[in-house]
Amino acid sequence: MSAGSTGSASASAPPVMLRVHGLAARYGAIEALREVSLEVRVGEIVSLIGANGAGKSTTLMTISGIVRGTSGSVEFEGRRIDGERADRIVAGGLAQVPEGRRVFPRLTVRENLEMGAYLRSDDLRPDLARVHELFPVLAERANQLAGTLSGGEQQMLAIGRALMSRPRLLMMDEPSMGIAPLLVARIFEAVQELNRHGLTVLLVEQNARAALKLSHRAYVLETGRTTFTGSGAELLGDDRIRRAYLGEG
Amino acid sequence: MEWVDFFLQQLITGLSNGMIIALIAIGYTMVYGIIELINFAHGDLFMLGAFLALTLLGMLGLGDWSGASAWAAVVIMLIASAGFCGALNWGIDRLAYKPLRSASKLSLLVSAIGASFILVNLGLFWGGLPMDVFAGGVAAAAPKDFPALVPNTNLLGEESLVQFTPKDVLVWVVTVPLMIGLTWIVTRTRLGKAMRATAQNPVAARLMGIDTDRVIGATFLIGGALGGFASVIYSLYNNTISFQMGYRAGMDAFTAAVLGGIGSMPGAVAGALVIGLVRSMSDAYLETRWTNTIVFGILVLILIFRPSGLLGSRVKEKV
Repeated sequence: MSAGSTGSASASAPPVMLRVHGLAARYGAIEALREVSLEVRVGEIVSLIGANGAGKSTTLMTISGIVRGTSGSVEFEGRRIDGERADRIVAGGLAQVPEGRRVFPRLTVRENLEMGAYLRSDDLRPDLARVHELFPVLAERANQLAGTLSGGEQQMLAIGRALMSRPRLLMMDEPSMGIAPLLVARIFEAVQELNRHGLTVLLVEQNARAALKLSHRAYVLETGRTTFTGSGAELLGDDRIRRAYLGEG
Repeated sequence: MEWVDFFLQQLITGLSNGMIIALIAIGYTMVYGIIELINFAHGDLFMLGAFLALTLLGMLGLGDWSGASAWAAVVIMLIASAGFCGALNWGIDRLAYKPLRSASKLSLLVSAIGASFILVNLGLFWGGLPMDVFAGGVAAAAPKDFPALVPNTNLLGEESLVQFTPKDVLVWVVTVPLMIGLTWIVTRTRLGKAMRATAQNPVAARLMGIDTDRVIGATFLIGGALGGFASVIYSLYNNTISFQMGYRAGMDAFTAAVLGGIGSMPGAVAGALVIGLVRSMSDAYLETRWTNTIVFGILVLILIFRPSGLLGSRVKEKV
C-alpha cells in the first residue's frame, strides 16, 4: 500500500486505492485520452463527470486493461497495473460495470452472475444471496435469459455480476443511462449502500447532478484531460460547473 | 414395394453422411460463433486428419484387419486424428488468426483462405510420401484407398434390399455421444459458459476476468478435434481419401452451418442432416452431376433470403 504519498493528503485521509497519473490512450489516430490524473481513496465514491466524448469511458476501459494506454501510469493498491491483462486486473480486485451494461443476453441471469465470479472457485452462495438481497428482482428472474430483462433490470444484473468477483474497487460507467427515473434512484441507493459496506466506487456519469450529490469527490474530464477536482458539494456550487454540466444559466 | 426400399436406402445413406458433415459443421459454427470467422481452413484440416489416420494404419501394418484388432485400430485412429486436428487447429489460430484479433474481419478471412491453401498443399506433399499406403508415393495427387476395416455386411440380413451396415453403426456410435458431450460442455461447464459469454460479448467477458484468448484457443481445439473424429469415420465410410476431399466436405459443412444458422450448434446438426439427405436423394433420383449444383444453390438461396438460417432467427440478436 502506498498510503498517502501525495503531498495534498492530510494525515488522517484514508490511503489511496487507485492512482492514475498522466494517462494517455488512443483509438487508432484519435487521441482519446491526453492526460488523465486522478486518485480514489479507500472508502470513497469518486465521480468522473464530463461531456460526451470527453474520454470518460475510455478512462475506465484503460484502467481495466481493455484499452492499452500509451503513456502514464495506473496504480491499484500500490501496484502498477497498466499493461496488465484485463483478467489479471479483475483478479486483483478491480471490477467494472461497463457502459451499456453488456450483459450476456443469451445466458440466464444466474449464469451471468456466475460469469462475474469466473475467477473464483469457492462457494458462490453467500455472494448470490447478497446480490439477491440488493436486487430481489434478480432472484425472481434467475432462470430467465438476460436479454429478456428491462434496461433497469439489466443494469442491476450488470452491477450484481461485477460484485460477484468481490471487488474492492468498483468502476461504474453511466449506470443511469437509458433507465426509468425510479430505477435510477434505486440504483444510486444501491451504490451508496454498497459504499457504506466498504466498497470503493469510481463512478462515471452524464447525470452530473445525481453523481455529485452521491460522491465524496469528483473530477471533471474535458477532451481527454482532468481539469477540475473538488468535493461533490464544491463542484455542485461552482458556477462554471453549473453552467457547463448542470444545465444552469 | 421396391421403391420404398430404395427410398429407405437413400434415407440411411443421407443421414449417415449428414452426421459426418455435422461434426465438421460444428467446427465451423463454433469458430464463427466466437470470433465471427468462416474458418475456410477447417475442411482441409479434416483432410489432413484422414491422411494421418491412413499413415498410422500404414505404420501399424496393412495386414488383414478383422474383429477386435480392426476395432482397436479404429479407436487408435479416432484418438490420434482428433488430437492431431485439435492441436493443429489451435496452432493455426495462434499463428494465423490471433495476431489479427483486432484487425478487420476481411483480413481474418483472407488469412483463413491462406491457411487453407497451405493445408491443401501439405496434404498433396503428404500423399506423395513413399509409403505403401499411398501406393508408394507414385502419384501425390491420386486418391488413396482407405482399408475397409469396418465390414460392409448387411445387418438387416443378406436378403434385405436395404443396406444397414456396421459402417452406419460406426457413424452413429461416434457422432451421437460426441454431440451429447459437446452439448454438455457448452451448456454446463465453466469453459462452455465462458465460450458462450465470449461469443456474446467479448469485452464484457474480459471484464469478468475471462482470458478470452484461451477460451478462443479451446474453441479451436474442440472444433478441430471434432473434425479429426469426422475424418476417420468419413474415411472408413467411403474407403477413399484425397488431398482435395477437404474442399467438398468443407463446403458441404459450411453450407450446413449456414443453412442451420451460423453460430448455432443444433442448427449445424440440423443443416448437416438436410444437406446429407439432399445429396443422397439428388444422387439417387436426379443425377450425381446435379448434386453440387443443388447443394450450393441452397447455399446461395439461404444467403439471399434467410441469412440467419433455419434455426438462426433467435440466435442472431447481437446486442
